[in-house]
Amino acid sequence: MSALLKVFLRSDLFYHFRRDKVIVVSFTILVVMILMALFAPVIAPHDPYDLSAIDVMDIELPPTWMEGGDPRFPLGADNQGRGILSTILYGLRTSLAIGFFAVALQMVFGIVIGLFAAYYGGILDQLLMRLADVQLSLSTLMMAIIISAIFKTSLGAEFFANHAVSILVVVIGVAEWPQYARTIRATALAEKSKEYVEAAKVMGLKPLRIMFRHILPNCLSPILVISTVQIANAIISEAALSFLGLGMPPDKPSLGSLISNGFDYLSSGSWWITLFPGLVLVVLTLVVNLIGDWLRDLFNPKLYKG
Amino acid sequence: MLTFLLKRLGQLVLVMLVISFIAFLIQSQLGDPVSQMSGMMTSPAERARLRHSLGLDDPFFVQYARYLGNALHGDFGTSYFFKRPTIEIILEKLPATLELVLVAALIVIGLSIPLGIYAAIHPRSPITRLIMGVSTLGISIPVFLTAILLLLVFSQSLGVLPSYGRGEVVSLGGWYSTGFLTVDGLQHLILPAISLSSIMLPLFIRLVRSEMMESLGQEYIRFARAKGLKKNTIYYKHALKNAMLPLITVGGVQIGIALAYTILTESVFQWPGVGFMFLEAVNRADIPLLTTYIVFVGFVFVLTNTVVDLLYGILDPRVNVVGEKNR
Repeated sequence: MSALLKVFLRSDLFYHFRRDKVIVVSFTILVVMILMALFAPVIAPHDPYDLSAIDVMDIELPPTWMEGGDPRFPLGADNQGRGILSTILYGLRTSLAIGFFAVALQMVFGIVIGLFAAYYGGILDQLLMRLADVQLSLSTLMMAIIISAIFKTSLGAEFFANHAVSILVVVIGVAEWPQYARTIRATALAEKSKEYVEAAKVMGLKPLRIMFRHILPNCLSPILVISTVQIANAIISEAALSFLGLGMPPDKPSLGSLISNGFDYLSSGSWWITLFPGLVLVVLTLVVNLIGDWLRDLFNPKLYKG
Repeated sequence: MLTFLLKRLGQLVLVMLVISFIAFLIQSQLGDPVSQMSGMMTSPAERARLRHSLGLDDPFFVQYARYLGNALHGDFGTSYFFKRPTIEIILEKLPATLELVLVAALIVIGLSIPLGIYAAIHPRSPITRLIMGVSTLGISIPVFLTAILLLLVFSQSLGVLPSYGRGEVVSLGGWYSTGFLTVDGLQHLILPAISLSSIMLPLFIRLVRSEMMESLGQEYIRFARAKGLKKNTIYYKHALKNAMLPLITVGGVQIGIALAYTILTESVFQWPGVGFMFLEAVNRADIPLLTTYIVFVGFVFVLTNTVVDLLYGILDPRVNVVGEKNR
């Protein structure tokens, strides 16, 4: 284990990482956010799901530093008397979970479709890539909005609210697979013509084994790059869907539904309900985007443009 | 050119057929007009008769053919909520969205080209760093958050601009109404248009910059420099011209993508456009309106893509529009 750590500390990746101050800061913020989300039940001063802890007297309390603030609610309280800090921690947890799982689903779709398209070529390739083109030109957000709108009307609002997390993972996963598939196809096409694939074929290995054991490991760096950007995209998509009322319900908040919920109280002057979750969302996506840009510059794989 | 045109039109029809099939599938699986039309007291026999008279017991493809036939005549069904043809409602809401997109597009074009060119010509200047930094930040702020911030600052705190709705509009005969002709209408346009443009501006600045830098690195630019041409001639006459081409293709496709962002912008500003209508239709489970919107969105995407392809073929003589491998 320590030998592995030594190798990592001496690697190019770590060297470039250490030299770039912006990335070190971004990475630290991201790690802190993930830890805060993971340990939300421990850190959060209140449990926003616990209805008995909510007090009507706390409704729309401003942050501590403002007049009328209460030290129990450092960032103020929302329209139901829940502490903003606690709801943000739990919301971050939900948003990150949906982001990671949705990207994992996209990755599975993208890898399978991209590898098959590249390896077999021909009509299969044309068909799959044309499908990806059509879906991309329809824009992923539009796809996600329409798919979840259909889900919501067909399953009913109540069922949708109860299974919102899994529905959102599926919606975002299905809406955004083409980017993965195209990137992996492009890389796999380049790998396919290399000699080791040729050798594996001559040895009589099965296509599935060649695809997943030989070609896939050599496509890892573009996958890593695109994954970071896709996580940021998935988190923004989730927030947008929740904001439109097509995502997480207000009683099981994600960052998006917190913003949406607070927006209704903006005109009464309670800006903290919507702005603090918004700030967390912006910092989170900014940090992930910066890391993604940095990784792309570092590996410089030939990613598909656009 | 004619072959290309016909081929593109063929593709357009094919894609629209697929989209209409999906829309029909949703409508026939989810919407039950009989339960919408009949009350609690309607007897099963009455329902069956109604079902038969509406043709709902016909085979699936017969119904689809009927749906297609009606669609060709501009009949996409009747909205459950408005009790009027869905196409009428969409046409009524369309001008609001069109004007919003138009103003946002003007802002994007007017700002991204000069800023992008500046950033490409002076890559190391602090202003370029600022432009690029702000555009990275801009990509990370979701459009609805920008909209909320603008509302909070300009409408709630400063009180200089109106917040919700479209303001005073003037009817231009028929279904078209415009907010361009009144001061109130124009004031209402400012915040939504800025919000909508905020999401595309960073993308366009980056695009203009990278295209411009790419063409500045070409051989013919070096040749022009060696010839001793004026800097401005090289930048604006030689480099910019070649950088514009990708802008048209990407820009055209972006208009389609902007539709998704109009839903978000309209929902914040309660802008009475098609996006806001769509959200209301979802909440009211107004399925005919929903499916008509899907067909409409599909049509806009297919149309913009086709127009962009045609423009590309006209503008760039090198593009082989007829050939099999045209990319």
